[in-house]
Amino acid sequence: MEEIVTLNRLAPGEWGEIAEVRAGTGIRRRLTDLGLIAGTRVVCLAVSPLGGLSAYRIRGAVIAIRHKDCCEITLRRRWGEYNEKSNRDTR
Amino acid sequence: MKKAIATPDKTVALAGNPNVGKSTVFNGLTGLRQHTGNWSGKTVETAEGLCRYSKETIRLVDLPGTYSLATHSPEEEVAREFLCLGDWDTVVILCDACCLERNLTLVLQILEITPHAIVCLNLIDEAARRGIRVLPEALAERLGVPVLAISAKSKADLRRLTQTMEGNPDNPAPPILMRYPLAVEAAITKAETFLGNIANGKLSRRWIALQLLTEEETDLCELLRLTDEVTAEMLTLREELREAGYTAELLRDIRAELAVQRAQELAEGVTRHHGRKSSEVDRRLDRILTGKPWCFAVMLALLLIVFYLTIRLSNYPSQWLSSLFAWGQNLLTELFFRIGAPPWLHGLLVLGVYRTLGWVISVMLPPMMIFFPLFTLLEEAGYLPRIAFNLDRPFCKCNACGKQALTMCMGFGCNAVGVTGCRIIDSKRERLLAILTNAFVPCNGKFPALIALLTLFFIGSASGVMGNLLSAALLTLLILLSLAATLAVTKLLSLTLLRGEPSAFTLELPPYRRPQVGRVILRSILDRSLLVLGRAAAVAAPAGAVIWLLGNLTVGELSLLAHLSALLDPIGRVIGLDGVILTAFLLGLPANEIVIPIMLMAYSSNATLVEATSVSQMGEVFAANGWTPVTGICVILFFLFHWPCSTTLLTVRRETKSIPLTLLAALLPTAVGCLLCGLIAAIAG
Repeated sequence: MEEIVTLNRLAPGEWGEIAEVRAGTGIRRRLTDLGLIAGTRVVCLAVSPLGGLSAYRIRGAVIAIRHKDCCEITLRRRWGEYNEKSNRDTR
Repeated sequence: MKKAIATPDKTVALAGNPNVGKSTVFNGLTGLRQHTGNWSGKTVETAEGLCRYSKETIRLVDLPGTYSLATHSPEEEVAREFLCLGDWDTVVILCDACCLERNLTLVLQILEITPHAIVCLNLIDEAARRGIRVLPEALAERLGVPVLAISAKSKADLRRLTQTMEGNPDNPAPPILMRYPLAVEAAITKAETFLGNIANGKLSRRWIALQLLTEEETDLCELLRLTDEVTAEMLTLREELREAGYTAELLRDIRAELAVQRAQELAEGVTRHHGRKSSEVDRRLDRILTGKPWCFAVMLALLLIVFYLTIRLSNYPSQWLSSLFAWGQNLLTELFFRIGAPPWLHGLLVLGVYRTLGWVISVMLPPMMIFFPLFTLLEEAGYLPRIAFNLDRPFCKCNACGKQALTMCMGFGCNAVGVTGCRIIDSKRERLLAILTNAFVPCNGKFPALIALLTLFFIGSASGVMGNLLSAALLTLLILLSLAATLAVTKLLSLTLLRGEPSAFTLELPPYRRPQVGRVILRSILDRSLLVLGRAAAVAAPAGAVIWLLGNLTVGELSLLAHLSALLDPIGRVIGLDGVILTAFLLGLPANEIVIPIMLMAYSSNATLVEATSVSQMGEVFAANGWTPVTGICVILFFLFHWPCSTTLLTVRRETKSIPLTLLAALLPTAVGCLLCGLIAAIAG
């Protein structure tokens, strides 16, 4: 059973593959530049101590995104240990 | 920026993602010191330098760091414009070997523009430590351009890079790395035939065609001197594409995403991972530095340590410098006396200009030479972006950008530096918020006075380590107050003058790196301390003359300074100060360091700046002139919140290009200061 969640709901350690990037043009382009497109594997690394934004590993880099900017980005939850390498086989 | 001395034989543009060591390579090649830092978007203007190797002189242009050329942030516009319209021969695209995949997106986009490029894999040693092996030959073969693996710290590696830049990389038929959907490809082919001979030496025709089909490229049209006929054909092609479902918007998305996908495929082909995940150490550090409950304790502790060291260590060199300048003053006085110079000339130049200048240097230089290296160490280590990560929420609530936390940190060193640093904020509205509120954090120039006043009114006889710790703790309290004021005013502005939603905010948290201590110290002294000192000295000298004149020209019985103080006295009283204090703040506009000396000078009816030999002596003068503890608190608060120094105001004007906004930047902290002091005066009244 596939579980679809939004990126902002990911807790530290949880990961998945981006299903759809729904966001305003500005933020979508910016996220595309950073390599966040449909099919990209993303793992949540940490939530800011004051909340409001989380740090994610995206294609080898650690990027912090505000929750309100990624609450419409959906991803398919994956289980088990995060594996960055096989980004491609799901596209 | 250094002026070009010799005519360069060729121009090389240096492009790359933010934070890949571009500035290190630039410094290494040109010897021109330009500041580098371990956070995104540090280079906000294009810097230039000359680099000489064997036979050729190369002009090196450092483009702003960008992740891509597909979006339209200000940095990208600068980089793209230079590549499209600029006069250059080769582009060096610098990549971070630890994070190759993301860097390749930009490489692919630039190679689409031009084949005259060299790809440079920086931080190859760091990648090896992290168990990442990149195969440069394989990458070169796939990209069709030279690929070099270097470590920017290695002189030999940089020499190899210069050699490659000198040799004319000849890439006649570059492989087409990005193929678009069939309909788009067909349109590109057609557009290319229409463009015919129209070409520009460096730009690939395929790219020109693609660009004309997807973007509004007026500059490019002008550059290529397109005829109306060709422009019309392009419009028809665009229309056809749109009918086939490819709107300009969709095409831009396709271009951006294709680059990401190709980059992923390329990276997978040329990168080998082995060994354990070395990013584990980073994650463990992050758990402490960005996780509850320790992160705030660490932040406060680091703040405390930095200020403690700055205060403790700068005492001695300050004293040495001060006695050195005093010795110089005696020497100069003797010289003026010998040559028979008139007393007014001696007064104006020695007691006015020289004394003020020497004063500013001896109180300003030592703290800066300690604060900036410490700050730069934190920056190089990669800690500063974590501060932005920890503190984003309040800024988000104020509809501001989390990076404002970083510009505030820079403001602690110097508000002018902080204001310039606001360029790292992309959104214009959020940048203005950060610029207008930067002076709410106290800069280095205010610290010595704040500490002296705190010591005088709160610490008293406690001395030694205990006294120092206590003053550092009280100073930290004041800083927390200034943070609260910054946030409150930011919120107020975002609800009134600068209304708007916070823009998209992404923040890269770079890997922690071991800073190169020696280089850090040298560079931060060269770059920041001397720069700021130079600016301060430039205003301190004329201000010295003005202050001397005010203190020595008399109307009736009293000096101009006394008249001015008397005039301002009623206003000062309302906010718990007096006329002399207010006058001192006004005359201290060039530098906060001279505010207290002017006060002492006015109180003692002296004609030159007066140095307090000790804090207690200073206290005696103040007490004799009717200062109460309430006055002390008001002066401290007014010190914290009043108009920024002239250097900062000039910088604000340069950054905003608006006089009303500059006035607002002066008015905001003044209003807060007056309000707080007025309240306290009224309550204590």
